[in-house]
Amino acid sequence: MIGWLRQHRQALLLAMRRLSRTAGLLSAAVIGIALALPAGGYAVLESLRSVASRASFDPEISVFLPLGARRADAEALGARLRADPRVARMRFVPRDQALKELISVQGLSEMVAALGHNPLPDAFVLTARPDAHETLASDLRKLPGVSHVQADAAWARRLAALAALGRIALWLLAALLGAALIAVTFNTIRLQILTQRDEIEVSKLIGASDAFIRRPFYYLGLLQGLAGGAIALAIVALALALLNRELRPLAESYGSSFRFEFLPAAAAAAVCLMAGLLGWLGAHFSVTRHLRDIEPR
Amino acid sequence: MVSFSAVAKRYPGGQEALKDVSFSIEAAELVFLTGRSGAGKSTLLKLIPAIERPSAGSVIVNGQNVGALKRSAIPYLRRNVGLVFQDQKLLYDRSVHDNVILPLAFSDHSPKEAARRARAALDKVGLLARERSNPIQLSGGEQQRVAIARAVVNRPSLLVADEPTANLDADSAARVLDIFLAFNQVGVTVLIATHDRSLVERYGKRVLTLEAGRIA
Repeated sequence: MIGWLRQHRQALLLAMRRLSRTAGLLSAAVIGIALALPAGGYAVLESLRSVASRASFDPEISVFLPLGARRADAEALGARLRADPRVARMRFVPRDQALKELISVQGLSEMVAALGHNPLPDAFVLTARPDAHETLASDLRKLPGVSHVQADAAWARRLAALAALGRIALWLLAALLGAALIAVTFNTIRLQILTQRDEIEVSKLIGASDAFIRRPFYYLGLLQGLAGGAIALAIVALALALLNRELRPLAESYGSSFRFEFLPAAAAAAVCLMAGLLGWLGAHFSVTRHLRDIEPR
Repeated sequence: MVSFSAVAKRYPGGQEALKDVSFSIEAAELVFLTGRSGAGKSTLLKLIPAIERPSAGSVIVNGQNVGALKRSAIPYLRRNVGLVFQDQKLLYDRSVHDNVILPLAFSDHSPKEAARRARAALDKVGLLARERSNPIQLSGGEQQRVAIARAVVNRPSLLVADEPTANLDADSAARVLDIFLAFNQVGVTVLIATHDRSLVERYGKRVLTLEAGRIA
């Protein structure tokens, strides 16, 4: 058992020495740069998603009355809406209040003053019960005394669809680059096996088991993948820091404190582990393919 | 210790290297295997550590039928057979000491014990003073002695050497053979292939002669 552990330690140290050579570090850098793309994309997408979910995603429906509608018409419509079981919440926004709200928005007061009269109609703002949004909006359009219905679910749907699209694109990218990682490792290990050819042949002659000969190569693939994953995370952290520095004044001008967040710890660990695993897999393919060719003659 | 019975070896392409070879070597015996180049000496030696497999017949080493050994069992066979080659097969990217300690890497010895054994093996071949050198700095005879030290560091019960003196001058050759003799005297079974009959006759040991793939 102690001997077995010692052999693993030796193989690990050997792999670390090989990785620390220029070729090993370059391969790790290539892997890191490749993985930085999907990892960074994930970080950006997650940041955007958290913003979108903080914004109210309960889509509201605005029901506008004709401009000249009387208060009694509005009250009749209000009673009707209140009776509809699909309406979860509703409030009445009289045209005077709407105008006040408009004036309170910076920069618009002069414009409203220039109009000379109130251009806004009375309106109801309501929230539908889940799943009833579409049908409710279309039914409301048919009601007498309703001049316009605005259901702002469309942009939310579009955003959700875009986010889903982005996620699929990221997964595709990650899968492609994962395959590239395996290929890069496969080749590094192949070259390593070729340069160790004499040593492998001698080792076989003096009774080294296949496992003993394979071990340093597996460790090399694993370490190279892990190092590549770590490099990817470092690249992402650096890129996000740069982006955030430029983004801050822009976000502040919108009164927002938005910034791109680094990957959550679990996701960052997953990136490293996955890279290590794929490196190990590349080493496995390479070792299986190339070590059998080296037999003492 | 080693027993061949009716062994034949055909290489792909039909070339017949060995035909109906039978002999046996007792434990603690020293046997020379002679014959012209191409008589099949190397092929015969390669059958013992399963570098080659016999086409027919059986090769028994230490009671194991080598020809029928599973691939995964071969390393354990080789750990008990010290191999010495005409071209030494040393690794020139490391010191003499690191070459000799190589077979102990996959044994259960502690690093301290392994280093001690490697030094003891180098001492036996008279090269302890050169343990820090690179093998490339050594003469042919010295390199061959390093190869012997590597072959015996695991204390195998059987030593097999293929033309260990072929590229050496007479003095170096004699020194290398004396080392094999010394190991034989402490109970190691030794099989040495050489084409140099005059060398063989000087020692008065048992001689197997191969002629065109058959024991003459």
